[in-house]
Amino acid sequence: MVDFWQIIQNAAIELISPTTAAYALAALGLAIHFGYTGLINFGQAGFMAIGAYGYAISTLTLGFPVWASVLVGIGASVVFALILGIPTLRLRADYLAIVTIAAAEILRLIFTTNTLEAVTGSADGLSGYKGGFAALNPIPPGNYGFGPFEYNAYDWFLRIVAWTIVIIAALLAWQLMRSPWGRVIKGIREDEDAVRALGKNVYFYKMQSLILGGVFGTLGGMIFILPRAVVPANYATTLTFFIYTILLLGGAATILGPIIGSMIFWVLLSAVSGFVARAQAAGWFPGMSSVQAGQTRFIIVGIVLMLLVIFRPQGIFGNKKELAFVK
Amino acid sequence: MSSEAKPTRGAPVKSTNLHIGEIKPGVAKVDPIIVADNVTRTFGGLTAVDVEHVEVPRNAITALIGPNGAGKTTLFNLLTGFDKPDTGSWVFDGTALAGIPSFKVSRMGQVRTFQLTKALNLLSVLDNMKLGAKGQKGENMFRALLPWTWRAQEEQIEAKAIELLSRFKLDTKAEDYAASLSGGQRKLLEMARALMSDPQLVMLDEPMAGVNPALTQSLLDHILDLKTQGMTVLFVEHDMQMVRHIADWVIVMAEGKIVAEGPPEAVMANPAVIDAYLGSHHDQDLGATEEENVVAMKELLDADDES
Amino acid sequence: MEVTGLARKRWSRVVVALFVALLASLTFAGGAVVHADEVGTDEYDFVFSGNVKFDGEPLEDVLIKVEGNGYSAEVVTDAEGKWKIGVPEKAEYTVTLDESTLPEGVIVTEEGGATKKAEFGLTSNKTVNFFIGEGVRTTTSFLDQFIGRAFNGLSFGLLLALAAIGLSLIFGTTGLNNFAHAEMVTFGALAALTLAVDFAWPLWIALIGAVVLSGAFGWTLDAAIWKPLRRKGVGLIPMMIVSIGLSLAVRYTYQYFYGGSTRQLPGADGADIKFGPVSLSPVDMIGMGISVVVLLAVAFFLLRTRIGKATRAVSDNPSLAAASGIDVDRVIRIVWVIGGALAGLSGILFAFYRPGVSWDMGFQILLLIFAAVTLGGLGTAFGALVGSLVVGFFIEISTLWIPSDMKFVGALVILILVLLVRPQGILGRKERIG
Repeated sequence: MVDFWQIIQNAAIELISPTTAAYALAALGLAIHFGYTGLINFGQAGFMAIGAYGYAISTLTLGFPVWASVLVGIGASVVFALILGIPTLRLRADYLAIVTIAAAEILRLIFTTNTLEAVTGSADGLSGYKGGFAALNPIPPGNYGFGPFEYNAYDWFLRIVAWTIVIIAALLAWQLMRSPWGRVIKGIREDEDAVRALGKNVYFYKMQSLILGGVFGTLGGMIFILPRAVVPANYATTLTFFIYTILLLGGAATILGPIIGSMIFWVLLSAVSGFVARAQAAGWFPGMSSVQAGQTRFIIVGIVLMLLVIFRPQGIFGNKKELAFVK
Repeated sequence: MSSEAKPTRGAPVKSTNLHIGEIKPGVAKVDPIIVADNVTRTFGGLTAVDVEHVEVPRNAITALIGPNGAGKTTLFNLLTGFDKPDTGSWVFDGTALAGIPSFKVSRMGQVRTFQLTKALNLLSVLDNMKLGAKGQKGENMFRALLPWTWRAQEEQIEAKAIELLSRFKLDTKAEDYAASLSGGQRKLLEMARALMSDPQLVMLDEPMAGVNPALTQSLLDHILDLKTQGMTVLFVEHDMQMVRHIADWVIVMAEGKIVAEGPPEAVMANPAVIDAYLGSHHDQDLGATEEENVVAMKELLDADDES
Repeated sequence: MEVTGLARKRWSRVVVALFVALLASLTFAGGAVVHADEVGTDEYDFVFSGNVKFDGEPLEDVLIKVEGNGYSAEVVTDAEGKWKIGVPEKAEYTVTLDESTLPEGVIVTEEGGATKKAEFGLTSNKTVNFFIGEGVRTTTSFLDQFIGRAFNGLSFGLLLALAAIGLSLIFGTTGLNNFAHAEMVTFGALAALTLAVDFAWPLWIALIGAVVLSGAFGWTLDAAIWKPLRRKGVGLIPMMIVSIGLSLAVRYTYQYFYGGSTRQLPGADGADIKFGPVSLSPVDMIGMGISVVVLLAVAFFLLRTRIGKATRAVSDNPSLAAASGIDVDRVIRIVWVIGGALAGLSGILFAFYRPGVSWDMGFQILLLIFAAVTLGGLGTAFGALVGSLVVGFFIEISTLWIPSDMKFVGALVILILVLLVRPQGILGRKERIG
C-alpha cells in the first residue's frame, strides 16, 4: 500500500527546510536580476557555488572564523559579478545570458578539476566545515518540535538562521524596490535607452543589481551547504534552471513570489517524487523501475516550467493587471 | 536675437533674425546653442551622416527635415551620445560633447525623445514622470534604504509631476500603467517626462508620428509653450504642415549632408530641397518609404504654390 | 555607451588581465600537480587501480590518466606507488601513464606503450599495471603533439559546426535561443543507436534513417511547440525559458527510456592509422569527410538556392522579407527540419568521436555550441562555422598546457575574451542604433 500520511509528512518537512530557504534566497536574487532589472542571469548556480566554496575553503584551508568566511564568500561574489558585468552589461541581453552560463560552468569545472584537489576536494567536494557555525548555537542540546518538525538543536539553529536571513533579504529588497532606486531599476527593465535619455547611468545601476542579486545567491549557497557537504556536481546548469522555475512559479517581479515559490516547489517535488517512488514500489506503474521513478521528477519540473511560462507568465503572486501588457 | 513669442492659438509668433550673414547651409547663428563641426558616421560602406558645419539657434524652434534615410535620426543619436561618430566635434552651450555618454548629455540639459515612443510600459504614468527628475537622492542604492533621507524630495518631485501631467491632460491617468495609454498620449507622456529635468534643449524625434489628429493641436501648443518658457526645441518631422506652422528655422538633410537652411517659407521654395526629396528615390526602394517621400514632396510643391 | 572610450579601454584591460592571471594560475597549477592518489572513488562505484614500481621500488608522483565515455580523470601515485580512479560506468576506458613523470632513464617497456584499454570484468574493480624498465623515452615532439591535437580539434570543430549552424539558423530566423538544441543532438545519436543496435539495421541505413528522423524531430518540435507559441505572440525571453523546460523534460525522458549508461555504435572501435604525427581511425576520417561535404552543401543551399536566399533574407529582416512575398513560416519550417537533421548528424559524429551514446551527451556540448555561435556572431551561419572551428581547435590544443579535465574552461574563457574585444562576434556586423 502507498503510505500517503508519510508522503505528506515528508513533503511538509520541506516547507521550512534550509534547502528551501537557500533556493528562496537564490530565487530572490534572480528576481532582482531578471524580474526587476531584466538581466538574464543564467549563472545563479555559479554565485551559489561561490558562496559554498568561499565559505568552505576559507574555513578549511585558511582556518577563518565564521564571520570572515562569510565575508570572503560575499567578496568573491562581488568580484565575480564585476567580471561578468563589465564586458556584457553594455551589450544586448542575450550576451549576458551566454556569458553567465559559461562563467558558472567555468567555475564548476575549476572546482571539479583534480589539479586543485588539495583546495577544492575535486569531484568529491568538501566537508567538515560546520564546526564554527555549530559552535555559535545558543540552543541547548536536545530534540524539540512536534510531528514531522522535530529536530535537534543544530537543525533548529540552522533553520532559524536560514529563515532570518531570508526575511532580512526580502525586507531589504522590498524597501529598495519601492524607492527611487527601484524605480530606475524597473525603468531599465522596460527600456534602458529611455532611462539613459533621462540622465541615469544605466550601466552602473545594472551592475549594482547584478552584484546585489548575486550576493543573495551567494548567501543562499552558504545556507545550502550547512545541512550537507559541498559537491561540485550540485552546481551544474540544472540548478539555475530549477531556480528559474521557482521564480516563475512565484512571480518574477515580486518579493514574496520567490520565497513562497520555493516552498511550493520543494513541497510539491517531495510529494510527487515520494508518491511516484512509493506507488512504483507498490506496483502501481508496471514497467517502471525504481531508478526510472526517481527520474520522473526532472521530467515534471521541465514540463511545469514550460507550462508556467506559456500559461501563467506572471506567476502565482504576479500582478494580473501586468499580464495584459506582457508580451 | 529671437523675439518674444506669446502662446496664442492660431498663428504662433515666429522668432526671426536668427542667423548672421547670407543664408546658406552651415550659416552662423546669432546665439547658437549647438555648434557641430565635421560630424561623420558610416555604417559599413554607407555614409549616414556627413555634416561639415551646423549651428542650432537658441530659444527657437528648429526643424530638421529631409527624405527617409537622410541621416536625421542618426544625427540625433550622435548629438545625444546614443551613437559614436567616426569623426567630428560639437559644442552644447559652451561644453564640448563629443565622446560624452548619453546620460551625461541628458544631465547637462539636452534631453531627447524617440521616434518609436519609449513609454516605460509596466511603470505607472506617475512613476514614468518621477523618473525624469534630476539629482534624486533616493536613486543611490544605500540612501534608498533610508527613506527619511529622500522622502521630502520625493514629495516635491511628485507635486511637480502632477502639475506637469495636468498641463498635458494626463493627470487622470497618473496611477495607470503607461502601457494603457494611446499612441498620442504616450508621445505626450514622453515629452512631459523629458520636461521633468528642466532641460535647456528639447530634442523631439518625430513628435507627430502616429498621433491621432485630435491630439495634434495640443501637441503643437505644447511645443510652442516650450519656447515661451525659454527652452530651445530641435525636432525631426515629416509633416510639412507642422514644420511650416511652428518652426522658426528649418535645416534640410539629404544623404547625410546639410543641403539647405533658412526660415520655413524660404527653405520650402528652395529648388535644392525639392531636388533632395526627388533625388532620394534611388537609395530607398521600400514601397511605404517612397509613398511618404511622394507625400512630402507634394506638400513641398503645395507650399511653393502658396508662397 | 556609458563610460568614455578611455575608461572603457582601461576596464577591458583590467578584465583581460584578470583572465590572463586566472589562466596563468591554472597553467602553473597544472605544472605542479597536487598530490592525490585517489580520485572519484567516493563518487563512482567502478574503480581502476594500480601500482607503479620499478625494480621492486615504488615510484611516487607518476601521473595516470583515465579517459573514455565522455569522462576523464587524472591521478598521481602515492609514496607506495599506488593509485585509484573511480569512473562512472562499467565500460571500456583508456588508461595512460604519463612517461614524462617517470624518473630519468625509465620508461614503460611493454608492447603498446604507455596507453592501455581497460575494461571491468565481473567485479567493479580492475587493476591496471604497466611494465616499467630501463630505456630511452621516445618522446613526441611538441610540434607533432600540436599537429595531432590540431587534427582532433578540426574533427571536433567540424561536428560542432553542424550543430552550431542549425542553432544559428534557428536564432537568425526566429530569434529563439534554443536550449533544447542539445537534445536534438542527442536525438540523432539515440536514433542511430536504436536503429543500428536494437533493430540491427545495417549501419549505413541506420545512420541515414537517424538523420531523417532527426529532421522529422525538428519539424515536430516546430509544429507542436514553436509555431503555436509564435502565433500566440510569446516574447523571445519567455520562449527561451520554454526551451529550457523542454530541454530538461526531453533530456530526462531520454534517461528514463535509455538509462544512464553509455553504449557504443557499431564500428566505433576501428584501429587507428598513422599519418606521421596524426593517428586517425577510419571512422574519424569518414566523419570529417561527411562534415565537410555536408557543410559545403549547406553553404550551397544558403548561397545558391532560392529557399536558401529566402532564409538569409528572413534572418536579415523578417518583416521586409514577408513584405517582399517570402513565406516566412515555410522558411522557418524548413530551417527547423535542416537544423534538426544537422544536429542529429552532429550527434552521430559526436557518438563516434567521444566515443559512446548517452542520454546527456548533447547537453555536455551545448555550451560549446552556444560559444561557437556567439563567437562567430549571433545569427550568422558562416560565423557559426568559424566559431566552431575556433572552439574545436582551442579545446584540443589547450590540453597541451592545461589539464584535460579543464579543456572546456579555455574555450569558454576565449568566448568571454572575444566578447570583450569584439562584441558582435568574429563575423557579426555592428548593430545600428536608433
